[in-house]
Amino acid sequence: MSEIPEHLSYTAEHEWVKLGELTSVGITAFAVEELGEIVFVELPGVGDMVAEGTPCGEVESTKAVSEIYAPMNGEIIEVNELLESSPEILGQDPYGEGWLFKIKTDGGEYALLDAAGYRSLIAN
Amino acid sequence: MNRTTPLHRVHEDLGARMIDFAGWDMPVWYDSAIGEHHAVRTAAGLFDLSHMAELFVTGPQAAAALDRSLLIDATAMPVGRARYSMICNEMGGIIDDLIVYRLGDNEFMVVANASNGPVVFDELVERSASFDAIIDDRTDAFALVAVQGPLAESIVLQLTGPELGELRYYRVAEVELTGEKVSGVTAYAARTGYTGEDGFELFVPAEHGVALWQALSAAGEPEGLVPVGLAARDTLRLEAGMPLYGNELTLETTPFDVGSARLVKPKPDWYVGGSALAAVADEPHDFLVGLHIDGRRPARAGYEVTSNDRVIGVITSGGPSPTLNQNIAIARLDNTPMIGDTVHVDVRGTMTSAIVVELPFYRRPE
Repeated sequence: MSEIPEHLSYTAEHEWVKLGELTSVGITAFAVEELGEIVFVELPGVGDMVAEGTPCGEVESTKAVSEIYAPMNGEIIEVNELLESSPEILGQDPYGEGWLFKIKTDGGEYALLDAAGYRSLIAN
Repeated sequence: MNRTTPLHRVHEDLGARMIDFAGWDMPVWYDSAIGEHHAVRTAAGLFDLSHMAELFVTGPQAAAALDRSLLIDATAMPVGRARYSMICNEMGGIIDDLIVYRLGDNEFMVVANASNGPVVFDELVERSASFDAIIDDRTDAFALVAVQGPLAESIVLQLTGPELGELRYYRVAEVELTGEKVSGVTAYAARTGYTGEDGFELFVPAEHGVALWQALSAAGEPEGLVPVGLAARDTLRLEAGMPLYGNELTLETTPFDVGSARLVKPKPDWYVGGSALAAVADEPHDFLVGLHIDGRRPARAGYEVTSNDRVIGVITSGGPSPTLNQNIAIARLDNTPMIGDTVHVDVRGTMTSAIVVELPFYRRPE
C-alpha cells in the first residue's frame, strides 16, 4: 500500500497539496509507483499564472507521459529546479525532496481530498 | 477477465506490477525497469513470454502450407532451424512478424505475437485448407521462458548439459532438462531472443513452467540473473533496433517499408500477398532509421519528424535508452535524410533536433 501522509491534502489527479502561505504541490507515491521510473519532469515557469484543473507540467517515465494539473488558481512562486537535473528524485521521495512547485493561491476555496478520501479513491 | 500465464502466481509473489497486455495479465516490471534492462546487458534476465502464441503446423504438407502462407521458404529449412518471417495480407500489408521453428520434417512451430495469435491462427487455417496440414494453437499448452544476456548460456547449460552450448543462433533443439524440479522435462530450447543479447527461449509444457522458472532463478541468481518485465523488454528491443508489431509493423506497412525486403520471396504467385509485393517492389518505400533525440525529453511513437519544415516521417517507437543514457527513437521516413543529418521532432509542440543514425543503436560486444 502506497504511503499517504495524513497531514496533506490530495486531488483526484494524484497530486498532494500542502496548504500554507505558499501552497506546495507534488505527486503522490501511488502516482509515482504507477508511472515507474521518472526520466523527465517539465515544470511551470516561476511567475506563471495557473488555473485549477488545467495542465501546467509533465512527468515522463520510461514508458509514458503524464500531465501535471494545477490544483488551484494562483501564481507559481517557486519550482523544484533539482528535478530538471535529477528527475529520479521524484520517484525516490515524492513527499519530500521531490516536491514540484509552490503556488500563491488566489485565496479561493478548493475541494481537496483528505488522506482518507484519497485512500478510498485509489482503492477503487 | 484477462488471460494469465502459467507463471502468474510467480509474478505476484515477486511483487511484479501487472498490466493488461494484449488481453493478458503480464508483469511490466518487478522492481525497476531500468535496473532490469541493465541486468540483461551486463548479466542475464529471466522473461515470461508465455503470452506469445505457439501455433503448430504439422502434416506431410506442413512446409508447403507455410510456403503458401508466410514470407518464408519453409521447404528449404533444415530441421532444427529457426527463421524470422512475416505474414502479409493480399495487399502486402504486414499481419504479424513471426519466428518459425522447424521441429521435424513434418512439424513446425510458428511463434506469433500475443495480440495477433488468433488472427494468425485463422489465416494459417484458411491458407492451409488445400494442403495436407493441421494447424493447432498450443499457446495454452506451453510456458515460454527466456534467458537473455551475456551470462544466459552459462545459466541455461546448468539445466541442460554442455551440449546445448553448441547450439548456434536461430537454431532449436529438443532437450531433456536435468536438475531439481525439472529433471526429465522435455523442452524446446531455441537460441533466439528480442533483446540484442545472446540467450535462449525455452518452451516447456505449461505444468512445468513454474519449476523451470524456479530452477533457472536458482541457477542464475548467484550470477546476477533477475526477472525482467515488459517495460525493459521494450527498451532492450528498441536499443537492438528490432521492430515491434503495432509500432514499426502494421497492416499499412509492407516488408519493404520496414527494412525487411530480404524476406520477400522471388515467386510472387506462390504465396499470399506476393503479387502485391511484387507490384510495389521497385517503387520508392519508406524506411526505418534511428534517431538520437537532443535533450532530456523523450520522443514517443506518433510524433512527426520534419526536415527543413517538411514532414518526412513519424516516430514509431521512442524512449530513453538506459544503455546509451540518451533518448532514442525509431522513425519511419520517406527517402530523404541521410545518416548523420539533423532532423526535427515535434515533441508535443517543442521542435527538438535529432541526429539520424543507423540501426541498431546497440550491438553486443563480440
